[in-house]
Amino acid sequence: MTTYIQNFLRFEPLLKELVARDVKIKYRRSVLGVLWTLLNPLCMMIILSVVFSNLFKFDIENFPLYILSGQVVFNFFSGATTEAMSSIIGSAALIKKVYVPKYLFVISRVFSSFINLLASFTALLLVMVVTRAELHWTVFLVPVPLILLVVFSLGIGLILAAVTVKFRDIMHLYTVFTTALMYLTPVIYPMSILPEWLYKVVMLNPLTNMLIMLRDVMINNTVFDLQSLVVATIETAVSLILGLYVFYKNQDSFILNI
Amino acid sequence: MEEQIVVKVEHVSMRFNLSSEKFDSFKEYVIKSLKKQVSYEEFWALRDVSLEVYKGDSLGLIGLNGSGKSTMLKTIAGVLKPTEGSVTVNGMVAPLIELGAGFDFDLTARENVYLNGALLGHSREVMDGYYEDIVAFSELQDFMNVPVKNFSSGMVSRLAFAIATIGTPDILIVDEVLSVGDFRFQEKCERRIRNMMDKGTTVLFVSHSIQQVESICNKIVWLEKGKVKRFGAAKDICEEYSKS
Repeated sequence: MTTYIQNFLRFEPLLKELVARDVKIKYRRSVLGVLWTLLNPLCMMIILSVVFSNLFKFDIENFPLYILSGQVVFNFFSGATTEAMSSIIGSAALIKKVYVPKYLFVISRVFSSFINLLASFTALLLVMVVTRAELHWTVFLVPVPLILLVVFSLGIGLILAAVTVKFRDIMHLYTVFTTALMYLTPVIYPMSILPEWLYKVVMLNPLTNMLIMLRDVMINNTVFDLQSLVVATIETAVSLILGLYVFYKNQDSFILNI
Repeated sequence: MEEQIVVKVEHVSMRFNLSSEKFDSFKEYVIKSLKKQVSYEEFWALRDVSLEVYKGDSLGLIGLNGSGKSTMLKTIAGVLKPTEGSVTVNGMVAPLIELGAGFDFDLTARENVYLNGALLGHSREVMDGYYEDIVAFSELQDFMNVPVKNFSSGMVSRLAFAIATIGTPDILIVDEVLSVGDFRFQEKCERRIRNMMDKGTTVLFVSHSIQQVESICNKIVWLEKGKVKRFGAAKDICEEYSKS
């Protein structure tokens, strides 16, 4: 165990550099630069809320806020996992040449997505201020669902990264999967419109639970209940442990397949 | 402590599966494995190689193309895990395997210095200390803020060599890298390697130029088809190798 930690500490600067690189390259040569992480969710929110508040009349007060909070959670998950999925293949040149702990590539992608998450979270706060939404002390509990979300995504990312090295199909399949997943997460619609059988399916989605927790503390100004906290923690733990297991089991054969 | 073992390679074999077909898709894999058509052709890049390198040694690896030299270095550098046997390395390895592998070509030279340093396990503060030295050695003072994709191949390898040889690593792995750059720079690199050797760095050296190997190394492993053909003092083996 101590050797693992020593090894991690030795490569901790690399993690920083990799995250910095991801962020730098993403916005290089764009005039507004990092501002885009903030603008992007805002524009998407405007479009979606214009479309959906005219098409469907959902019984939700402050609909833009509802959509944006859903987007913050879902976009982070799909972005982080998609990036993590291609992290090993994308670093093939490096992995073949130098010894580096391979999980670093996955973690760095998830971290750089986390930086995007922070930016879009700022956008959420901005919208709250602009729409004069009430900010309560419960906002201080928001790190809880966010951290659970990040660790959960990391676990899924590890699995995807390891499996994709062997089967590239996953990359194509996963875009379809995330689209389906988006509709199984209450990003746009309220839970109340769902028929009972679909309600159960949507509740099985771990993201639903985390999103509801986030909305509780951000919008509804209530504290999430203990049950959802326990469930989310278990789901996160399972995802991380399974992710580490699959990744460690396969990592020595990466080099033969990339 | 004069004779400290730095690298110990024990009965290392490395097998590659040259699958006759490569499966990129899951469907193919399932169908083929159901039909039991998954056939692998085995290829042993290394077979039962054992050697020991002591501190301060400089070991040359020679052999024809495909004799397993690079595979050997990669197992020592920790990139490949041997199929059988074990490799024990005491100390920090600075791999020079193919210069510029760690570069991100969209980043500037300056940013790449820090990225590459981090790949070798150096923090930003440490790299700040070496920065001037790297710039001076690579002679790229005017180009540090240019993206590396605009560099010529000579410039890339100069920068990469300068980064990879900072400080005094315990073990330096040099794979065919001295063949890059112009004559003057090659000499400069050789001088730098010698300098490190004087400070106690163990060098593992691969080159097709037998003269270079002879002048730098004191011990030699001669690999042939993945097996050790000869292992011993540089002088005798070099003579024998040039004759063959």
